[in-house]
Amino acid sequence: MSVSIAEDVDDAPARDAGDQTQVGADRLDRSGARLSVRNLSTAFRVGDGIRRIVSGVSFDLLPGECVAIVGESGSGKSVTARSLVGLAGRNGIVEAEALEIHHENALAFTSRTWRRIRGRDIGFVLQDALVSLDPLRPVGKEIVEALRLHRWGDRASRQQRVQHLLERVGVPYPAVRARQRPDQLSGGLRQRALIASAIALDPDIVIADEPTTALDVTVQAQVLEQLRQMKQRGASVLLISHDLAVVAQLADHIVVMQGGRVVEQGPAAQVLGDPEEDYTRALIAAVPSEETRGKPLSPGGAALLAGAPERDEDPQTVVLQADGLTKRFRTRDGSVTTAVDDVSFALHRGETLGIVGESGSGKSTTGRIALALERPDAGTVTLLGRQWTQVRERRRRAVRSRIAVVSQDPLSSFDPRWTVERILVDALPRRAFASGQRSGRIRELLDQVGLEHEVLRRFPLRLSGGQRQRVAIARALAQSPEIIVLDEAVSALDVTIQAQILDLLTALQRRLGLSYLFISHDLGVIAHLSHRVLVMKDGRVVEVGTPEQLFSAPAHDYTRRLIASIPAFDPESTA
Amino acid sequence: MTAIDARASGSDLRQALARLSRLPWGLYLAIAFAVLLLVAVVAPELLTVHSPTAVDYSAALKPPSFAHPFGTDESGRGLYTRVVWGARDSLTIGVGAALLGVAAALLLGSVAALAVKPAALVADRFIEILFTFPSLLLALLLIAIMGPSAGTEVLAVGIGTAPGYARMIRGQILGAKNAGYVEAATALGHSRWRIVRAHILPNALRPLVAVFALSIGQSIVWASSLSFLGLGVAPPASEWGALLDAGREYLVQAPWLVVIPGLVIVAVALSATTIGRHIQSRLEKGE
Repeated sequence: MSVSIAEDVDDAPARDAGDQTQVGADRLDRSGARLSVRNLSTAFRVGDGIRRIVSGVSFDLLPGECVAIVGESGSGKSVTARSLVGLAGRNGIVEAEALEIHHENALAFTSRTWRRIRGRDIGFVLQDALVSLDPLRPVGKEIVEALRLHRWGDRASRQQRVQHLLERVGVPYPAVRARQRPDQLSGGLRQRALIASAIALDPDIVIADEPTTALDVTVQAQVLEQLRQMKQRGASVLLISHDLAVVAQLADHIVVMQGGRVVEQGPAAQVLGDPEEDYTRALIAAVPSEETRGKPLSPGGAALLAGAPERDEDPQTVVLQADGLTKRFRTRDGSVTTAVDDVSFALHRGETLGIVGESGSGKSTTGRIALALERPDAGTVTLLGRQWTQVRERRRRAVRSRIAVVSQDPLSSFDPRWTVERILVDALPRRAFASGQRSGRIRELLDQVGLEHEVLRRFPLRLSGGQRQRVAIARALAQSPEIIVLDEAVSALDVTIQAQILDLLTALQRRLGLSYLFISHDLGVIAHLSHRVLVMKDGRVVEVGTPEQLFSAPAHDYTRRLIASIPAFDPESTA
Repeated sequence: MTAIDARASGSDLRQALARLSRLPWGLYLAIAFAVLLLVAVVAPELLTVHSPTAVDYSAALKPPSFAHPFGTDESGRGLYTRVVWGARDSLTIGVGAALLGVAAALLLGSVAALAVKPAALVADRFIEILFTFPSLLLALLLIAIMGPSAGTEVLAVGIGTAPGYARMIRGQILGAKNAGYVEAATALGHSRWRIVRAHILPNALRPLVAVFALSIGQSIVWASSLSFLGLGVAPPASEWGALLDAGREYLVQAPWLVVIPGLVIVAVALSATTIGRHIQSRLEKGE
C-alpha cells in the first residue's frame, strides 16, 4: 500500500518488472529482517511542483547486521534514512512497494505510531550533537526525557538507567557528566551522550547518520567502537556515511548511492574489494592513504600528473624556518592556555610538510604564525632567509607575495560582493601586471586550476565546493608564491572532489616547484601528500618524520594511537 | 513551450514591468507619495492655487471643502496650501537632520572601530556618553544654548539620532574586520588602507542606504515634535510641527487643523520607512 502521487513525475522510480520479482524472492529468503524496504522513493513538494530526491532503494536490515549507505553530499542518503523513520517532513512524500519495520507496514503508520516506534524500536543518532541536543538542558535530563516519553520505569530507576547508559557508551564520570550541559562537554562526549539517548530504550534498530563526521580520529574510533558493541549485542545498525573508511569498519552490507539512486549494493567485502560500477571504483580509489602517495586519486588525475613530471629541486634549500614558536591565549575565564609550545620546523623548496593533529593541537595557530597573521609570543620565523615575524607589517607586505594561503572555508575568504574575476584581479600584484595583461594572467590561472573561464562572471556563492576551492587556489597562485599554507584545505570536500583537489595540488607542486605547509586532521590525506610530517598534540610537536617512518615505526605513543584510530581501509579485512 | 519562448524573447521593458508588478503595492504608494513630496519641495506652486499667506478672515476655521480640501485655519488660510508650502521646511529639516545624524554616526562609528587604540577608545566612550543622555534632553540643551531656529533643529535632531546609528555602524565594521576576506587580503599583502577601502567599508556600510531612509522618517517626526513644543521654526513658516502647534488651540472647533498635519507627518515617516525597509531587504538578499 503506497501513497500515490497525483502529479506526473518525469522520472518514475525504476519499475523493472524483472527486478521486482527478484527482489520479492530475496525478501522471502531474508524473512528475519527487522527493517525491510523495497523500492523506496521520496519526493518533496517544492513550490507547485514535486522533486524526487530518492528512488529505488531496497535493502533488509537483519539482526546483528550493519547496513551502510554510502554516498557524497546530495546523494540522498540522509533523506533515505529520514524517510525510513517517518521524518521526511511535512513536504515529503514517501512511497515504497514495501516498508516494514518488525513486519509491520510502516507506510500505514500514523505520526502517533511513529512516535511510539522511534526511541523504543528505532534509535536515531543524528549528525551534529551540538545542534541535536538542547543547549539549556543537562545531557542526563535529555536521556531521562527519552525514557519518560516511553513511560520507562519510575523516577529513581530512570536516574540509574542514565548512569548505566552513559557508562555503557564510554562516558567517564557519568554521574558528573549527566548534570552538564552540551556546551560543557567535548565533541566526543556530546556524540556519546547523543548515542546514549538514542539507545536508552534498547532499540534493536539503530540508525546513525554521519555519527563521526566532525570528530577527531581518536574520538571517531571510540564512537565506532560503541556502534560495533551494539551490533555485537544483536542490534541492527543502519550507518549513513560519506566516509568509506568508516563504513569499511562496520558494514556487512553496503548500499552505494549517487544522485538519489542506488548505484551498487552487496556484501561489504564484495563492494569494497571487487566493485562492479565505475562510480564505486572511483569512490574507493579516491580515498587517500600512505599507499596512494604519488599516485592519482581521481579519474582525471593520471593525465594531470603525467603532464607534470617530478622536478629535481634542491631539497636542501630552506624556504621557511620556524624556531621555538610559542603562542599563548587568554581564555574567557581568565586562565592562559598555550596554544603553540616551542614549535620548530623547516620547510624545504618543493616539499610538502604535513602538520597533523586533532582539534586544539595548535596546528592552525602554527599555520597562522607562519603566515604572520598571528604574532608569536616567543620564537621566530624566517622566510626565504629574511626575518618574517619579527618585523613590522609594513616591511612584510613586499614579501607577502612569496607565501600564500588556502583555508578550509573558501567562501568566507571571498568578499561576497565580488565576482570571481574581481577576486582574482584583486590578488594580482599591481606592479607586475599592467591592466591590459591582467585578463590574460587570470585566464592562465584558471587553466592552471582546471576551471572554465565562464566562472569569472559568477559569484563564489553560486559555485560548488570544489570550484570554490579551485578559485581559492587560483588566488593563492596569483602572486606566484613559493610557499602555500593549506589549512584543512580539503577537509570540507566530498571524497571524489577532495581527490581532484589533491591531484591538482600535487601537479601544481611539481610544475611550479611549490612548497606546501599542509595542515590537516586527516592522517590519510597527510600521508598521501606529505614528504615529511609533524605530529602535534596540545601545542607541542611530538614527532617528526617521513610518512613511512611514522607508519612503520611510530616513536611517540600519541602517534601510535593516532595511527591505530584511523579506520583502516582494507577491503579484505571486512566481512 | 511557445509561451516560454515568447516570454524569453519579450522586450526588456516587459520583463522590467513583470518584475515591478511583483513588488508590494504599499511600496508604490510610498514612492508615489515621495514623488509628490519632492514636487512640493521644489515647486509648491504647481500643487496649489492659493497663496500660503493670503489671509481671508471671512473663511476662518472652515471644515474641509472643495475650495479648501484640508479646511482653513483661524486666519482663513487654506490648510492644504499651508501643508504643501510647509513641506520644504519640514523635509529640509528632516533630511538635513538625517544627513547630519548619519554623517556624525559614520565618523564616530568608523573611528571607534578602525582608529588606533586611544582614538578609538575616546570615540567609543563618546558614543556611550551620548547614549546615556535621553535624545530629547540633548536636543533641549542645544536649543537652550543656541535658540530656536531651523538650523538648531537640524543640529539637535541630527545629534540626537547619531549615537544609535554610530553604534550600529561600529558593530558592522567590527564584524567586517573579522571576516575571512579581510584576512585573505592581509595575507595577499594589501595595505591596511586598501583593505579598509576595498573590503571593510563597502561591506560594513551596505545597510547604510536603508538606515538613511529610515532615519529621514524618524527625523521628520522628531523635528515636528520640537516645532510643536515651540522650539523649532517660528509661526509664519508653515512647518508641519508648527502647524500642529498652531492648530492645538482650535482642537475643539477645528480638529482638522491637528489631525491633517499629523496624518501627513505619519504618512511621510511611513513611506520613508517603507522605502528604507525595501532597500534593506533587497540588500540582505544580495541583489
